[in-house]
Amino acid sequence: MAKYSIFSLVKNAASHHQNWDRAWRDNRPKADGYDVVIIGGGGHGLATAYYLAKEHGITNVAVIERSWLGGGNTGRNTTIIRSNYLWDESAALYEKSLQLYEGLSQELNYNIMFSQRGVLNLAHNLGDVREGMRRVNALRLNGIDSEWMTAEQVKEFCPIINISKDVRYPIMGGTLQRRAGTARHDAVAWGFARAASARGVDIIQNCEVTGIRRENGKVVGVETSMGFVKAGKVGIVAAGHSSVVAGMADLRLPVESHPLQALVSEPVKPVIDCVVMSNTVHVYVSQSDKGELVMGAGIDAYTGYGQRGSFHVIEHQMGALLELFPIFSRLRMLRQWGGIVDVCPDASPIISKTPVENLFINCGWGTGGFKATPGSGFVFAHTIARGEPHALNAAFGLERFTTGHLIDEHGAAAVAH
Amino acid sequence: MLLINCPWCGPRDETEFGYGGEAHRARPTDPSSLGDAEWAEFLFMRTNPKGAHRERWVHSHGCRRWFNVERHTVTNQILRVYPIGGTDAVADQPVEEAVGTKEPRQGSGS
Ligand SMILES: Cc1cc2nc3c(=O)[nH]c(=O)nc-3n(C[C@H](O)[C@H](O)[C@H](O)COP(=O)(O)OP(=O)(O)OC[C@H]3O[C@@H](n4cnc5c(N)ncnc54)[C@H](O)[C@@H]3O)c2cc1C
Ligand SMILES: [Zn+2]
Repeated sequence: MAKYSIFSLVKNAASHHQNWDRAWRDNRPKADGYDVVIIGGGGHGLATAYYLAKEHGITNVAVIERSWLGGGNTGRNTTIIRSNYLWDESAALYEKSLQLYEGLSQELNYNIMFSQRGVLNLAHNLGDVREGMRRVNALRLNGIDSEWMTAEQVKEFCPIINISKDVRYPIMGGTLQRRAGTARHDAVAWGFARAASARGVDIIQNCEVTGIRRENGKVVGVETSMGFVKAGKVGIVAAGHSSVVAGMADLRLPVESHPLQALVSEPVKPVIDCVVMSNTVHVYVSQSDKGELVMGAGIDAYTGYGQRGSFHVIEHQMGALLELFPIFSRLRMLRQWGGIVDVCPDASPIISKTPVENLFINCGWGTGGFKATPGSGFVFAHTIARGEPHALNAAFGLERFTTGHLIDEHGAAAVAH
Repeated sequence: MLLINCPWCGPRDETEFGYGGEAHRARPTDPSSLGDAEWAEFLFMRTNPKGAHRERWVHSHGCRRWFNVERHTVTNQILRVYPIGGTDAVADQPVEEAVGTKEPRQGSGS
């Protein structure tokens, strides 16, 4: 793999960018199989493969993706990255991920366009204010940056916001995490794919896993549209389809899949240089480097696998947007799409061994897993390589649903579900 | 947007309804005899099919009554609407017979 640098840029410019190497090898399954097969070529699956190779020296690995890399939720999200979660277990996990993000462009030699522009979470009523202040304190106790802002400070930080008291849900303040921000989501998938491929990982696209083969109760490989692929261990990282894939090994999961949608406006000049989220008037918004406003809302209440999302959710979201930013009232929306998010009862992920030997699962990130991509891959690689969780994901096992040690992050998830 | 046929009020827009999750989940009859794993199964585990799904809905902005719906989770097509306590077998009889009302064959995907 040729290193990307100012010199490679100049050199390739001289030949009109016709001679760049492919970013990653496009493989077919190896006949003699793999030590580890990862099902799902989203950011989490690719990051898992990368850290398996880098941290654990396991390079005989395949990532099997039924369509194109990052075509699932990784390429469909609103790209917000933050670590302002309430409980110690989540704070530690998401903060690890944020720290990995801070060095990721250098580490992967791939510009993921990580921008620490700050994320504001608004408070619109006394309950929000108390919850926000509590979260600021909890975060600081965990050594994570977080500030409480008054309505006036919110206005100073984000001048186009409307802090009038004469609206239905006036802004009473908010929390700010300055180290939080956004990254280019496709680049995260492509960067991990390129770095994993360079370390020997096979990337197999347009190959659907249709079955999980077991012998004497142990997983021995996967059935795919390209035939049987032998595997020592199998990791499921299939986001929206985690129940479907886990079902191939007769494993029931405490997750439900829901459509979640996002939309972008026509591009405009720079107008908002931070991320604003509101749980109460439900919308989250940031501006892409291209100038589009990128916006998300809540999930559809009912389960679904159609990658669309309901229209009335958009209506609700646009109402919220205009309440916060009347300046956007004549902005045109360009396009809308949906993803399928797998939601756990406690709004926290599952990164775990399973009762089936050699089978591991990473799922349930719901509406908020993009921020966790590197951290999730890091701890899941450890779990697969060692057969035991890393300290950071020990609390996120499947067994928490029987022990009752739930990690209830509905508030910090910041998306209505 | 779904068009849901309330068995009592007729076809109404999805926004009039509340979603109540998977149907046919019976509360344990002898709770104190249940172990942790059985409780976990009842409380947290769900069938989450890519296909026909039987679920509960309530007409919250109308008659406020609950009923069951079988819906395809990819196309959002409503396969049948039937009363609480109705059969949990996947639809094989025509919808009209099942509920005795006129059912639009299709809940439109939005
Ligand atoms: C609209 C929207 C907005 C969001 N906004 C944010 C945000 O701002 N911040 C944030 O942190 N998170 C956000 N999220 C959540 C985040 O995108 C996800 O949690 C995260 O991307 C999950 O990553 P993944 O790699 O696990 O999943 P995915 O990227 O979905 O990857 C799973 C892959 O598995 C593949 N697959 C499925 N079944 C099979 C099979 N049988 N065989 C082979 N491959 C299979 C799929 O094709 C897919 O590519 C948002 C999600 C959506 C939909
Ligand atoms: Zn009714």
